Amino acid sequence: MVLNTENKDLENKYVLFKLDNEYFGLGINNVLSIEKFQDCTRVPNAPVYIVGVVNLRGEVIPVVDLRKKLNLEFKENDKDTRIIIVKSKEVVVGLVVDLSSEVLEIDNKNIDKPPATENKKMREYIKGIGKDNERLIILLDLDRLLDLD
Amino acid sequence: MDLDINQYLNIFVEESKEHLQDMNDILLSLEKDTENEKLLNEIFRISHTLKGMAGTMGFNNMANLTHDMEDVLQAIRSDEISINTNIVDILFKCLDALEISVDYVSENEEEDDNEHLELIEELKKILNKDEELKDEEKKYKKPKKYDQYIANAVKEAREKGLNPYDISIKLNDDCMLKSARAFIIFNTVENFSEIIYSNPSVEDIEDEKFELEFSLVIITKYEKNKVKEEILNISEIDEVNVEDIEISKDNKKNIKKKKDKKNVKKPTTNNGKKANRVGKTVRVDIDRLDTLMNLVSELIIIKTRMEDMSGTTSKEDMNEAIEYLERITTNLHDAVMKVRMVPIERVFNRFPRMVRDLSKELNKEINLEMSGEETEVDRTVIDEIGDPLIHLIRNSIDHGIEHPDERTEIGKDRAGTVKLKAYPDGNNVVVEVEDDGGGIDEEIIKKKAIEKELITEAEAEKLNKNELIQLLFKAGFSTSDTVSDVSGRGVGLDVVKSKIEAINGSIEIETNKGKGTCFIIRIPLTLAIIQALLVKLGKEIYAIPLSSISEITSIDREKIRKIQDEEIILYRDKTLPIVRLNRLMGIKESEMDELTVVVVKKGDRQAGLIVNDLIGQQEIVIKPLGRFLSNIKYLAGATILGNGKISLILDVNTLF
Repeated sequence: MVLNTENKDLENKYVLFKLDNEYFGLGINNVLSIEKFQDCTRVPNAPVYIVGVVNLRGEVIPVVDLRKKLNLEFKENDKDTRIIIVKSKEVVVGLVVDLSSEVLEIDNKNIDKPPATENKKMREYIKGIGKDNERLIILLDLDRLLDLD
Repeated sequence: MDLDINQYLNIFVEESKEHLQDMNDILLSLEKDTENEKLLNEIFRISHTLKGMAGTMGFNNMANLTHDMEDVLQAIRSDEISINTNIVDILFKCLDALEISVDYVSENEEEDDNEHLELIEELKKILNKDEELKDEEKKYKKPKKYDQYIANAVKEAREKGLNPYDISIKLNDDCMLKSARAFIIFNTVENFSEIIYSNPSVEDIEDEKFELEFSLVIITKYEKNKVKEEILNISEIDEVNVEDIEISKDNKKNIKKKKDKKNVKKPTTNNGKKANRVGKTVRVDIDRLDTLMNLVSELIIIKTRMEDMSGTTSKEDMNEAIEYLERITTNLHDAVMKVRMVPIERVFNRFPRMVRDLSKELNKEINLEMSGEETEVDRTVIDEIGDPLIHLIRNSIDHGIEHPDERTEIGKDRAGTVKLKAYPDGNNVVVEVEDDGGGIDEEIIKKKAIEKELITEAEAEKLNKNELIQLLFKAGFSTSDTVSDVSGRGVGLDVVKSKIEAINGSIEIETNKGKGTCFIIRIPLTLAIIQALLVKLGKEIYAIPLSSISEITSIDREKIRKIQDEEIILYRDKTLPIVRLNRLMGIKESEMDELTVVVVKKGDRQAGLIVNDLIGQQEIVIKPLGRFLSNIKYLAGATILGNGKISLILDVNTLF
């Protein structure tokens, strides 16, 4: 699934994915594609949250274990595991997620400020909480997540 | 009004740069050999060409400057004035200004606003050294410059027997599309003449920023009446006035015309503007392109052959075809690499000028000797090597070479020598920067390093001469006591080292106290594709660049000795430090008694890397790990193997 990027109409659209039972969202403008999980080449001496690098159509792309980065518990990869390829500030990175299946439009008025969660590490990376009927979606701040500021 | 000059922009930038470089070289030789008429003629010719080129492109500020340079050079040529340092200095300043202008053009596709008034003033001063500037001239100093361009064009035209005219045109009151009408007039006039000035500017006329009148200065072989007739043939014109241009004798540069800043600057079309930024280019020998073409045709032949073969043929035929294919790809690789190669001269040629300026600034006498300029290096390397070399040369001149008086005292030549040498060495290119200055005093280094708390006194005692000198490459180290403008800002050799290591190169120092210092830089011919040895660590495959491997051997586990926390073995009667790659890469070590060791070199130092298994030699394409993983230890990049898996490339330089 290759998505069109950098389109004005896409400003309020988010790619949703799941980690455990929580829904997370990333701005669609940052998402290049969503790939099936493939084996990574381990990179020794890299930060713990780096799973390794993968070959994506001839490019070497680092892959981040989002669970580790967000301080969540370990889970085995299964057939639903996906790598979301994101790009920000010329850096292309893959993020490992449990499941990713939908794109959702969330109006700015339906986005609240991040609450004070107990998971301090996660709070740092949250841009806001999106509401879709009864569902709450944690919107991530990619630049902070990847330390690109 | 053909305004599409964009397509010529690349050519303009390339050629101007070449001409400026030539000019630079000639000025340097001219400074030493002031009477050389051949050089004078050459530099005159170049400035004339530059003027013409700038004029054609409508870059008037450049054209004006080169014009005045030409005047001065003409005066020198006709022995009215003689060359002195002052003149050369000013000409160099002009050259710098032109270089900046050309760079600006290459980035922005238009000329900068710098009118070089000061430089032009200085050039004029050379010509009228004895005369005071006339009051009148002072008053008109600024606007006069524009007139001068016209005045000279007018003068030149007269000499050639052509007629310059001042035309004022008034359009009809009910003319609907003024700019379109003006366009037709421009076109018509350009058919029989050259337009050298327009008021308002072409740009403004094009944007319809004018009332009904505009005026032109043209040069033509037609008579006055004929010109008028031609223009009146166009409809919707009320009035046309064609007049001779008069240039007063006492101030030939002042003509009776309105002064407009943006006279004939030819505008570029808007859509073209965004289309092509001036890109990086490489000049390629046509023979090399032909070779490339031949190889591609062979590739097509083998493709057809393989298509024909499918299914029916024996394995032998297939193998033969694959071998053939292999040969072609290797040759193709070579050919493409050759296309990307440029002589290192491109970096070297800026140094004579730099050395000249530096020696003036520092009051030192320096001879720069360069050799091996024709050595070819990949384009990507060329871009990276310039800054480190500048730094090293500055270092040699500033810190290395002593003051002339001091030199005579210790019995050396008054003038110091800096040698810049380049030569190919296998898959590498070696560049040496050598000076015959004071050399590096390791005692001073020791003192400084302790002072700056880079090492402790106890540590310092343990270090040998070589290790002490290596301290120079540590961040925050500068040996010069005074901070000068030239070097010694504290960001010194460490930057040079990291830059060179960034392109997989290495740097060494050889120094003899009192006799001089030599920096030896080793850089790979290319950065993109290298030969590598694939090795196994545990289950993972790593690549070691072949260029840094000196041999492969096997040793007994028993023979490893531990000395001061460092593991070594005795190998060929020398101690060889051992690096356990598995440990560095966090992989379980093998239990075998016999260990495979890849002996690698870094400069004149060697180390043995213990690996689990050898896979073989392969050509690999280096892929960067990217900014996200840029600070990972021991790794130089990654490569994609035949099976699509990624293998990491070890950075031998950081392993020991």
